[in-house]
Amino acid sequence: MFIDFIYELRKNKVPVGMQEAVALARALSLDLHDSSLEGFYYTARSILVHRESHLDAFDVAFAAHFRGIAIEAKKLHEELLEWLRDPVQRRELTDEERAMLKALDLDEVERLLEERLREQKERHDGGNRWVGTGGTSPFGRAGTNPGGVRIGASSGGRSAIKTADARAYKGYRSDITLDVRQIELALRKLRAFSREGALEELDLEGTIDHTARNGGELEVVTRPPRRPNTRVILMMDVGGSMDPYAQTMSQLFSAAKRSTHWKELRIYYFHNCIYGAVYPTEQFRDPVKITDLVADCGKHYKLVMVGDALMAPWELLGAPSYGESEKGAAGVAWLLHLREHFERSVWLNPEPPSVWGGSTIDTIRSIFPMFELTLDGLAEAIAELLRGAPRH
Amino acid sequence: MSTFLRFRGTERYLTNEALEASVNSALALERPLLVRGEPGTGKTLLAEAIAEALPARLISWNVKSTTRAQDGLYVYDTVQRLYDSRFGDGDIRDIRRYIKLGPLGQAISAGERTVLLIDEIDKADLEFPNDLLHELDRMHFTITETGDEVTAKTRPMVIITSNNEKELPDAFLRRCVFHFIDFPDREFMKRVIGVHHPGLDDGLVEQTLQAFFDLRTMRGLRKRPSTSELIDWIAVLKKAGIGAVKLEQSLPFLGTLLKKEQDVAAYADKLAGGRKYRA
Repeated sequence: MFIDFIYELRKNKVPVGMQEAVALARALSLDLHDSSLEGFYYTARSILVHRESHLDAFDVAFAAHFRGIAIEAKKLHEELLEWLRDPVQRRELTDEERAMLKALDLDEVERLLEERLREQKERHDGGNRWVGTGGTSPFGRAGTNPGGVRIGASSGGRSAIKTADARAYKGYRSDITLDVRQIELALRKLRAFSREGALEELDLEGTIDHTARNGGELEVVTRPPRRPNTRVILMMDVGGSMDPYAQTMSQLFSAAKRSTHWKELRIYYFHNCIYGAVYPTEQFRDPVKITDLVADCGKHYKLVMVGDALMAPWELLGAPSYGESEKGAAGVAWLLHLREHFERSVWLNPEPPSVWGGSTIDTIRSIFPMFELTLDGLAEAIAELLRGAPRH
Repeated sequence: MSTFLRFRGTERYLTNEALEASVNSALALERPLLVRGEPGTGKTLLAEAIAEALPARLISWNVKSTTRAQDGLYVYDTVQRLYDSRFGDGDIRDIRRYIKLGPLGQAISAGERTVLLIDEIDKADLEFPNDLLHELDRMHFTITETGDEVTAKTRPMVIITSNNEKELPDAFLRRCVFHFIDFPDREFMKRVIGVHHPGLDDGLVEQTLQAFFDLRTMRGLRKRPSTSELIDWIAVLKKAGIGAVKLEQSLPFLGTLLKKEQDVAAYADKLAGGRKYRA
């Protein structure tokens, strides 16, 4: 049964494999789940899920796979109620019996009930063990056990499904949410270090080497400490068709701004497409010429373009007369220029990939490696930026 | 039924079913337990509670950005040996004198079962968890300088905490039992307060809880207050002899709840806005 569940999980894109299945089988053989569906839910979750972004998918799979079982449990439950409907005559308990029965605490009783239910096959009235009516067993209705459980609440199976159905971890899915903190962390991967600056750190290997060469006379060698060495240029499309994504864009912006592990971050704005210049402010003042920018920034800068890449074809392939455009060069030429200058560049698109085909997005995608502006997409984009230089 | 000890929390550390299932899975499968969650949800305290419940000695390894995996096993103090060779102190031929075991090394070489806490693993370099894989799997390492092999007699229970700061490598995650500590709901929080401040006036508990959850749902906070801040706040209120918190007014000792200047300003704004609205 749980093998099918593993496949259900894989269908829901929770990466589980042999290792997890074997571990779960071991846990079940040790009875870690106390033979209850609820216990199974928590035990399976701790073994099969490795990150909070998969918790929601696990809940979805669990609810889908075990709903049938919950319904079966409910049927059983109704049958039980049937047995319990008309209680037989009660009998009085002796004081000793009462004291003994009191000793059972609720947890113990619930556990016993589940166990007992699995053993019991038929209606049972009177007596002190089976679930039924009128007896002194801790389970059943109209019985005389003071520490007993009255049948009629939810069963263990249903509450695990309820937990799964609540989908409390929806907010942690990584394929839909993007918040500033998460972006920051994704961007943090972009850091790289190099040694430069004053000689402040003891170089142990160097010291040993020099001391040995020096005939045992101690000679201390120092070196500069490691410092971040990544320079990033962020160019963002603002206004017009990008308005619906203003929230996402401002999150990306503040995350990039707060990243302290880069040596340099330049942020520029453009509208729709780039024509000769970009702007350091959202008000489109003080244009910076692309030619100047390229001369100023070496090819080792990482270029991140952000925009929906949606525009009228003439905006991309022609040279519109508005803005600071230099006559003669089409938008696409400027994009190519940027792409060719920088060793690594990416384009982040807030539009979902399903609408990428058949528009100017296609053209721009042929120039820049394009990724969706989600956490997963951002991670892929950063992997692309970190790849070694493609040409020298 | 299994024979190993089941973890059910301690007097000072409250658990729920999900957490118990994770801890018991980790204990039974002898795998590291990876605990993630918001800061201030008691991740580090969990290790102390498990150590207390087993009982076993707790060895803490507080990871910093400069920590390397090797440091956890042992450090070979070459500089000391170099100095000793120069000034003739001690027996420099005995390398073992200069090998100092790190926290992981101590946990593996201890003859009894220990609880090893690797705190805030995400602080270290991205490759750090991968470098630990082998040692955590086998609970065995070799001191290359002396050729000594160290193997654990009883596998230590390893608890690893992470602040959500960094994605950990898949290969590492696969070997761990995972638990995500939810932020406690109101009922659970009440029990937590009961543990830390027993006998507190019910009215005050309700008021502080209301103020606390109001603050947490307030939009635009840079750092939301967490459990530890609430506990501290109540401690301060008790010390100052404040018996009631009025939600409409500025909260006393706000500094214990909000730690950032912008957040205090944002709170003041909201309070002023609310007043205007009521008037």
